[in-house]
Amino acid sequence: MGKKLTGGDIVCEALLNEGVDIVFGLPGGAILPLYGVLGRYPELRHVLVRHEQGAAHAADGYARASGRVGVAFATSGPGATNLITGLATAMMDSVPIVAITGQVGRAAIGTDAFQETDITGATLPVTKHNYLITRVEDVGPTVHEAFHIARTGRPGPVLIDIPKDVMQEEGAYDYDRDCKIKLPGYSIPTTAPEHQINAAVELINEAERPVFLAGHGVIISRAFDELRELAEKAQIPVVTTLLGISGFPENHPLHVGFPGMHGEAYASLALDDSDLIIAAGSRFDDRIVGNVNEFATRSKKIHIDIDPAEIDKTVQVDASVIGNLKDVLRQIIPKADRVSRPEWIRHVEQLKSDHPSLHIPETGNLSGQHVVRGLSNVTKGKAIICTGVGQHQMWAAQHYKFTEANSWLCSGGLGTMGYEVPSAIGAQLALPEALVWSICGDGGFQMTMMELATAVENRLPVKYAILNNNHLGMITQWQELFYMGDTQADAYTANPDFVKLAEAFGMKGMRVEEIDDVEDAIEEANAHPGPVIVDFVIEKVEHVYPMIPAGGSIKDLMEDTRV
Amino acid sequence: MTSQSKFEARTVTALVEDRPGVLARIAGLCRRRGLNIASLAVGHSEQPGLSRLTFVLEGPPGVVNHCAAQLERLVNVIEAKDITNKNHIWRELALVKVATSKETRVELLELSRVFRANVIDIGVDSMTFELTGGREKIDSLITLLSPFGIKEVMRTGRVAVLRSTLIQGEDDGQFQATRSWENGLQHEYHFEPGVSGSV
Repeated sequence: MGKKLTGGDIVCEALLNEGVDIVFGLPGGAILPLYGVLGRYPELRHVLVRHEQGAAHAADGYARASGRVGVAFATSGPGATNLITGLATAMMDSVPIVAITGQVGRAAIGTDAFQETDITGATLPVTKHNYLITRVEDVGPTVHEAFHIARTGRPGPVLIDIPKDVMQEEGAYDYDRDCKIKLPGYSIPTTAPEHQINAAVELINEAERPVFLAGHGVIISRAFDELRELAEKAQIPVVTTLLGISGFPENHPLHVGFPGMHGEAYASLALDDSDLIIAAGSRFDDRIVGNVNEFATRSKKIHIDIDPAEIDKTVQVDASVIGNLKDVLRQIIPKADRVSRPEWIRHVEQLKSDHPSLHIPETGNLSGQHVVRGLSNVTKGKAIICTGVGQHQMWAAQHYKFTEANSWLCSGGLGTMGYEVPSAIGAQLALPEALVWSICGDGGFQMTMMELATAVENRLPVKYAILNNNHLGMITQWQELFYMGDTQADAYTANPDFVKLAEAFGMKGMRVEEIDDVEDAIEEANAHPGPVIVDFVIEKVEHVYPMIPAGGSIKDLMEDTRV
Repeated sequence: MTSQSKFEARTVTALVEDRPGVLARIAGLCRRRGLNIASLAVGHSEQPGLSRLTFVLEGPPGVVNHCAAQLERLVNVIEAKDITNKNHIWRELALVKVATSKETRVELLELSRVFRANVIDIGVDSMTFELTGGREKIDSLITLLSPFGIKEVMRTGRVAVLRSTLIQGEDDGQFQATRSWENGLQHEYHFEPGVSGSV
């Protein structure tokens, strides 16, 4: 038998046994029994956030940056519902998080008690799995099972809802017994069956114009070396998806860019001109595919994914390989022919020079692209970059030259404004020595800027670059292009003074309005030992190009006519 | 409705953990994908702690064909199979309470004999039939009983199992063996959706 502990103690012991060192959270009535014992576990560092959404995003940023499971605490009711945006963000981008929420006492469940929400019901669609614990003896096994589910297979968020009285009750905990996972309905693919590998290899060896579509799976399974080895051996150009960015070094000659709605035109064209697309840990997202019937019609497709439910979900493929990408690529590498295909490589290079997607239009005014280009130059492509969603995200994806593996954190699938502020805090805590730059839009920044207090409180030297155009830039762009210029509710006419705001939070604040001042300001921010906000005042209205409208195809490609 | 007419029905069986909330997860997944659960039957399976479900799902072809794979993602679902194109047998059960009188009772009993339906309850002014079979058979009985005055109909969803195989290693399609002088034993598969259930 294990030792007698309260439910709250069992949570902490189990977290420590899972190797957790940091928890992001905010206490409230129903979770107080857990906070009441937290002080007994000094190895568990609690980072107090200012809003539970920040806890979930910070846990997400921590998980992406470290490859470990991020942990968030919240109380019942509003605390728990505030987590939902963060859980949905993690779900869409397959990020491992375990969220632990307090719940009203068992006797009060279902009575509309104070701060009661059916959070397991509410989070069903946005979690990989969730639990409502009703017996103290289930606490230990459930925490271990939750971590197992969160980090294995296709990772994702798992929520555990624990009633207040379960956390107060005494029960037994025995790690050796409680860590044994019994999940008959849950399997974790590793290597793929031989026949699937052979079918894929046959297509690869037959192809003349193959291209990789390398997704987030490359980063999640840490398949950087394998991707590079296969790409070099079979001379396959590598297009990365938005979330696949930093899965393949951008200074590599086979690197092409990212495709789709705002990707580089040549990356989309390379997919279209190919005769074989090897989708590796990518799910053929609609921002890449657009019109399914017109997507890369001349190419065969191989889909390598750990999640069988992704196969043929949108794009019908010619061969599918189910397994962990790193293992699968290791199976393929020895069987793939070593070839050179100078013509195809030359063709891709030609696409790059014919479609110069990364030229910055010279208007004389500071633009978002200048800022990202400056960041890329000064940091030599080696910083950790966090973004939310919108124009700033697309410019960051386009103009930052990522050279370090897993250095790009953005809300891709859900497209969450405000992800950029707390996720950078999580990333900085995961990588204390790293230089973390959060590239923010002024809109998203104001959604979660209360977490700056968290950064200051924890002495985290995160650098925030606000691409401030006083607009919801991407919304303005869509309204101008697709809603007859009827720009409604797109402008922020009374943004706060972000420099003064930084000072109010106890941070360094700077403002940059000229192109020539960008790199100096970044150097100065880097040299500052604490957190910094740089308010980059950029062109008010600017469109992100290239662009393929939603549901369109390569035929609908719009390029910047000014370059 | 035009969008409805493009819908396709699939028969799916699943082996799931028997615990609270599992059905909500399955139903939630179907709802999110825009699938209608046309019928559903749940019961304990031969393995303790596990239940077996049969359901008929309706939805757009690209989505409904993909539902078994989606269901298998759920942690509490041990396996899910779309058996629509496999050779399976299915049955439904119906309890039909119909109005009776002295004059109609004999005629109703005669009908039940033809349909091999059991009479499981008789009262002064009504009787209840129990009928198993395919949907068409149950529909036919209900149609024939209608003039007598149906008081209540209670139908289960479809339950289905795959047919046993006639040859080892084959698990699919209706097997027919024919012998001809020229070619020896020929294997042939026939598949007609829905046929098995309407026996």
